[in-house]
Amino acid sequence: MDMTTAASAWLLPLLIAIPFVGGVAAWYAERLSLTWPRWIGLLSMAAICALALWIWAHADVPGVVPAHGTPSWLIEFRAEWIPRWGISLHLGLDGLSLLMILLTGVLGVLSVACSWREIQQYVGFFHLNLLWNLAGVIGVFLALDLFLFFVFWEAMLVPMYFLIALWGHSSQGGRSRVYAATKFFIFTQAAGLLMLVAILALVWLHHQNTGQWSFDYDQLLYTPLTQVQEYLLMLAFFIGFAVKLPVFPLHPWLPDAHSQAPTAGSVDLAGVLLKTGAYGLLRFVLPLFPNASQDFAPAAMLLAIAGIVYGAKLALVQTDIKRLVAYTSVSHMGFVLLGIYAGNTLALQGAVVLMLAHGLATGALFILCGELYERLHTRELARMGGLAQRAPHYATALMFFALASLGLPGLGNFIGEFLVLAGSFPVAPWITAAAASGLVLAAVYALYLVQRALHGPPADAHAIEDLTARETAMMAALMLALLALGLFPQPVLDLVRAPLEQIGQWYAFGVPVR
Amino acid sequence: MSAIPDYQELLCWVVLLPLSSATVLLLWRGVPKALVTLLGVGSVVGSALLTALIGGLWLQSPEPFTQVLWSWIQLESFTPRIALHFDGLALTMLGVITGVGALIHGYASGYMRDDPGYRAFFAYMNLFVAMMVLLVLADNLLLLYLGWEGVGLCSYLLIGFWHQDPANGAAARKAFITTRVGDTAMAIGLFLLYRELKTLDIEVILASAAAAWRTEPYMPTLIALLILGGAVGKSAQLPLQTWLPDAMAGPTPVSALIHAATMVTAGVYLVARLHGLFLVAPGALEVVGWIGAVTLLLAGGAALAQSDIKRVLAYSTMSQIGYMFMALGAGAWQAAIFHLMTHAFFKALLFLAAGSVILACHHEQDIFRMGGLRRRLPLAFAAFVVGGAALAALPVVTAGFWSKEAILAGAWSSGHVAWWAMGVACAFLTGLYTFRLVFIVFFGAEKIHAHDADLWRMRVPLGVLMLLSVLGGAIALPLAGVLPGDPPTPSAHWPAIVAVAAGLAGIALAWRWYGRGAVAPEPTALRRLAQAGWGFDALYGGLFVRPLYALATANRADLVDRGYGVIVAGLGGLHRMVLRLQTGRLRWYAAAMAAGMVLLLGAVQWT
Repeated sequence: MDMTTAASAWLLPLLIAIPFVGGVAAWYAERLSLTWPRWIGLLSMAAICALALWIWAHADVPGVVPAHGTPSWLIEFRAEWIPRWGISLHLGLDGLSLLMILLTGVLGVLSVACSWREIQQYVGFFHLNLLWNLAGVIGVFLALDLFLFFVFWEAMLVPMYFLIALWGHSSQGGRSRVYAATKFFIFTQAAGLLMLVAILALVWLHHQNTGQWSFDYDQLLYTPLTQVQEYLLMLAFFIGFAVKLPVFPLHPWLPDAHSQAPTAGSVDLAGVLLKTGAYGLLRFVLPLFPNASQDFAPAAMLLAIAGIVYGAKLALVQTDIKRLVAYTSVSHMGFVLLGIYAGNTLALQGAVVLMLAHGLATGALFILCGELYERLHTRELARMGGLAQRAPHYATALMFFALASLGLPGLGNFIGEFLVLAGSFPVAPWITAAAASGLVLAAVYALYLVQRALHGPPADAHAIEDLTARETAMMAALMLALLALGLFPQPVLDLVRAPLEQIGQWYAFGVPVR
Repeated sequence: MSAIPDYQELLCWVVLLPLSSATVLLLWRGVPKALVTLLGVGSVVGSALLTALIGGLWLQSPEPFTQVLWSWIQLESFTPRIALHFDGLALTMLGVITGVGALIHGYASGYMRDDPGYRAFFAYMNLFVAMMVLLVLADNLLLLYLGWEGVGLCSYLLIGFWHQDPANGAAARKAFITTRVGDTAMAIGLFLLYRELKTLDIEVILASAAAAWRTEPYMPTLIALLILGGAVGKSAQLPLQTWLPDAMAGPTPVSALIHAATMVTAGVYLVARLHGLFLVAPGALEVVGWIGAVTLLLAGGAALAQSDIKRVLAYSTMSQIGYMFMALGAGAWQAAIFHLMTHAFFKALLFLAAGSVILACHHEQDIFRMGGLRRRLPLAFAAFVVGGAALAALPVVTAGFWSKEAILAGAWSSGHVAWWAMGVACAFLTGLYTFRLVFIVFFGAEKIHAHDADLWRMRVPLGVLMLLSVLGGAIALPLAGVLPGDPPTPSAHWPAIVAVAAGLAGIALAWRWYGRGAVAPEPTALRRLAQAGWGFDALYGGLFVRPLYALATANRADLVDRGYGVIVAGLGGLHRMVLRLQTGRLRWYAAAMAAGMVLLLGAVQWT
């Protein structure tokens, strides 16, 4: 099918509307039955997956990369909103956003599935928040109007706050779920405000230069900026996205939010929300401010190493299994940041593959943490041990994803990490060599997790319930996905090739002359 | 497709047989035990037969060939494939891996018969064989790296196989993490190699290395040294050798297969495979030789002080791989691979025999609590004598003699007299520690009631390996087209005679000291140091492990988080300060209002 027709353009608002409407429906359906909201949530997100796959199959993913300076979209949607200020409902989808939406759909399905037993209170409202959060995420991946983008950016935030604050866990002697939710909210909100100021400043500068008000991505790309203006705006955008990614030292919200959030919240946070930060850097920071980004690259790469090492070292000494996994995210996102700022094809592709693989592997690890909590009612590693005997299927799954997390070749994470490092090496050999030390640390923390949770003498002689059919299905799907990504990554690489090479061109050559 | 002989299409099944068996065994938990044996042993035997078939057909017209399965990644010039490359070196390695592997699998089906983890054991062992074959057949370094990490994973799983005991888990993690340090160096080497040559294809690298770096030796040396890091880690050479003795925590067939015959020699294979790179980096090759020479002596010395039967063999393995590294350094490429093969025969034999002894002695591993076992365990005794003789390079009648002689000759005629001397010194040590082990375990007074627990499927592999340890030196390896020729044989005979005499002197001294059995010696300082592998564990513990953990533990609470706490506390303080103004006293409010008014009016007046 030709994706440029007007009819197919409506697919984009549909992608956002499905979870949005699904959320409302789930809320109302609670009055009928507690199971209905779950099925509505599941079907909504499954529909997103199906739609994304359908688009992938039918859209013409370009084999050649368009010329520098001509952003091209597989599908584009545009409608008036506030013409006085040049604000429109402008959505666009390319390979990169399609991949991210597919990831959102997959993890959305899993988020609903892993809450099936865990969430028993306010089931409808829970699914409303979950689906609205995902709708916001999909909006972020599609928005090409900076005002609209900011609306979605904030729309992700509020439902997530409620997910943590209402359905989270408060750890004994630790921090409460409300504390974690508030911390998450303040960090993200402060950074979001900074970004809003930068968006307004950019639009104003654009108006100064051209006499036109526009929040449109395609217009703002060519805004002439002085060196100082560009650097300051870049910095504000960077911080906005860096909090989400998270970049060291803006990460402290993450371990708290992850460890206190309900399982679905953690899966959603790690799998999808962190990716919006990386997506923002790729979609906005690099193309809008290419020169300043180049100047900033060494600093960003140093922050990346700091994150890799710091996250890994903190993961090493955690006693709470969810906090441990949370800190590994900090470490992995360091690799993503490194790849983004290396900026060549190999590194950018690696960063995207790693985003995908991390979403799947870490999502799986959080689901496993949640299942363990349902069975043992603790997240303390000290009270585990010997699970390999007490729940062998569970142990196999945890081992698999721990290995994926340490970058075992044959699984998706390895492809991502290897491409990031191989791509970064010519750009910054010493930084890359230092980042590679993260591979050793990853082995240390992943095996530490396996040892403490699965091996050793059993903490308790009683057998615990092994994976149920529902849980086995989720784990098997994720394992297959990671294996496929590790052994046959080419379809994914081809899908994101054109957009990434374009971003690489912006980054390498700066703003083209029009 | 007529250009490609049909048998070449079969190559991938050498990997796929054990891989599919491993998959079935991993996924099907309720599999009957008989089927586990059938799949677990049968798949590796199948691989061995397939290797024999392919090898036999291939030797009629030995041209290297490549079987491309699929394109892995295609990004600009980064185009690694999933492709298998077959040549004389690959055939030799395949023969060792699947041949010796099949024998060990057969033995293991008896050794592990009562273990509750029988299924998992064979799943991991099969996976290991698949990964090892993949490592050897990989046509590019990325796929080789996949196999490389894959065998590391299986090694981890099998060392920690009895995972209820945390000590085994610690040994397993130590092995994985130590080798990963080397692997990370190797990965950086690969990045550098790719940056320089724009390819990771092994054949292309070998063909273009000489032309690319004709005048500049610095870059290839750096790359070769980084890749050597990986080789040193896997092959347990200095400075990453510390994991191997602890790796003996795994079941004994694992030690035979992974930590003696195959995986630990992967480093030797890697250097030999990349000989074209190392030849343009003579400095790196020199380092390879020195690492080997120093390791073989240190490990030989440490082997003398061990009291655990498997740790003696572990240090001996380290020492023998040192010989192989020395051979590589001296440019005796074929001698290195030759010794790799004979070592696989006799060391697998020794480990399996040690397994029989351990099983017979109810899992006792301390040699000083054994003694006089030759009457009760005649087959294990025979195996130890034959294997020990091959290890000590007893002249003419053992396979080990021919390969070790080739290495020492290579060192001598390439002008590395120091290496030769160290090799000869270690030949003496080898004779001494090997027969110290044999005499203490099998001679003297009987201290333990041993009960021969071998099944026929354990005896057959022992018999075959004994034959190979004697006759294996006669196997002609098809390495001529793959590896450069060895240095010419020295014209003088006396170096060879000295080496033989050193080995025999070691055996004689062992007879003199331990011929009537022995009791555990007083632990002197030197003995303790040697027993601890010369203190490397303590050194690394003090230098890396403990500081790293101390640093991490000190920061458990995340100092950055605390930093934000300061902001919060500051804001809280401000908040309380302002709060204090709100006293609820009317007088205070009125005064403040008046003061404010005065200030305001004053300001108006002023402007």
